[in-house]
Amino acid sequence: MTAAGSKIQAVSQAIAGVQMRAAPLSFDSLSARAGRLPAGVGASVLGSVSRWATPLALPALLLAAWQLVAGAGWMPPQILPAPSIVVATFVDLLRSGDIVAGLRISLWRIAIGFAIGASAGLALGILLGVSARARAYLDPLLHALFAIPTLGWIPILILVFGIEETLKVVIIAKAVLVPIVLNTSLGIRNIPPAYLEVAETLRLRPVTKLARLVVPATLPTIFTGLRLGVSSAFISLIVVEMLAAAEGVGYMMTWGRTLFQIDIVIVGMIVVGLIGFGLDAGLRRIERAVSRWSPTDV
Amino acid sequence: MSDVTVDLPARKSPAAFRLQGLVVPGAIVLVWLAAVDSGLVRGPLLVPLHDILTGWLLDESGREIWPALGVSLLRLAVGFAIGGALGVAAGIALGLSRPAQQAVAPTVHAVRQITLFAWIPLLTAWFGNGEAAKIAFIAIGVFFPMFVNTEQGLRTIPAIYREVAFVSRLPLWKRLTKLILPGALPAILIGVEVALLTAWIGTVGAEYAIGTGRGVGSYLAAAREQFRMDLVLVGVLVLAIVGYALSRISGLAFRRLIKWRAR
Repeated sequence: MTAAGSKIQAVSQAIAGVQMRAAPLSFDSLSARAGRLPAGVGASVLGSVSRWATPLALPALLLAAWQLVAGAGWMPPQILPAPSIVVATFVDLLRSGDIVAGLRISLWRIAIGFAIGASAGLALGILLGVSARARAYLDPLLHALFAIPTLGWIPILILVFGIEETLKVVIIAKAVLVPIVLNTSLGIRNIPPAYLEVAETLRLRPVTKLARLVVPATLPTIFTGLRLGVSSAFISLIVVEMLAAAEGVGYMMTWGRTLFQIDIVIVGMIVVGLIGFGLDAGLRRIERAVSRWSPTDV
Repeated sequence: MSDVTVDLPARKSPAAFRLQGLVVPGAIVLVWLAAVDSGLVRGPLLVPLHDILTGWLLDESGREIWPALGVSLLRLAVGFAIGGALGVAAGIALGLSRPAQQAVAPTVHAVRQITLFAWIPLLTAWFGNGEAAKIAFIAIGVFFPMFVNTEQGLRTIPAIYREVAFVSRLPLWKRLTKLILPGALPAILIGVEVALLTAWIGTVGAEYAIGTGRGVGSYLAAAREQFRMDLVLVGVLVLAIVGYALSRISGLAFRRLIKWRAR
């Protein structure tokens, strides 16, 4: 073997060493090496256990430390209530219906605000997507208005609408509107010109063109706008409920803080996190399904 | 707004295009001037345009926006420094060690699901209504985008580079400064761009919600309480302009920096 050959071998061995290091032997890879022998089955079960047990170890550890610190009374419950207290409060609030009632109000606000913001946003987005003239006249103004964050609209709209229900619905509608307008207009402008030319050549009727080309081609982008709209609606809802509300999940946290009942605050954070995650995950799943149906990749 | 000019019909000049964009805002301004500034229509919410435009210079309480802006930007800088340093450090630590990543990242991503503003009640309970709670809030808002982007940036470093670093037995410090930081820099800078905007909104939001001390958020809250629509609009303008400037400047600066690096 030449010197160069042995060098290559040494390097490739070193690289193999790196790879071993980068991916430490897990039960899974062991069972794969065992060539799917019956004995490997037990190991792969162990491997999948370790796969979901590893991420849970840290939360478990934190929870234990939290329980220890708070349970031993090193931290006053006004600062850090023990996890057991938080769980008890959670069960209490769930059983008394406080969480459900707050959620119902919060989700109702999102639903109405979303319905208004999404329909206005779709109409405006379609207008901007279809007409270059509308874009020329309206785009700069809209971009300037969209640059104002929801937080900035809150004091203005409080002065206009007071702190009643209208305020929340308007703020959520505005939060929903922005991403939907931007994405709808973008989706329509991004239809490949070749498709439009084909539709022209085939002399498709407008209805057919809309149903077979425009809607399927723009749907994924529009749906991205809808998903972003829902998540920004949820964020805005929490902000506005914390700043100016007397009911709802956001208010529940402010209320717990006022009473120095941090357990209620933490329960509220958990509920907010779960709902935010659930909304996002669910919508992403639908988004993927919608995009698969799209003809743009064909 | 550059995407507006991309699909221009060829026969129209960009200047004409821009002029059309001024028509609607111009009309609104004219109607406002004619109706409100002339005194034709009056109402607590219909504030004359010249009051808004001069409020931050001439009005006694309107001028407060300047020290408020200074305080807010200082707060932003401190919170950003803390949250950014922690985020990058955590991202690198987890990116370097696969077991650490598997053990810690899911927890961080789970906590990230909590809407930023939901932290405020807990933070005020822990740190009081003063400076510490606001800084902690800004730092949390900065931490997550910096962490996520750093972690992703480390993943984009080609495996071959890591292997070469391993084969040549680079010491950890050299590996950090010669491979990992430069490799992850583009992603980290995108994180900075996102985090700056989050931090700015978080700064004003914390000041607005907590309400004590100075700052653009406190300015807005006070103006709203005194029912001064002109001052509210001044504050909102500052909020929007600073946010726009932060993302614009950082975006331009970083694009130049990365282009320079690629050469």
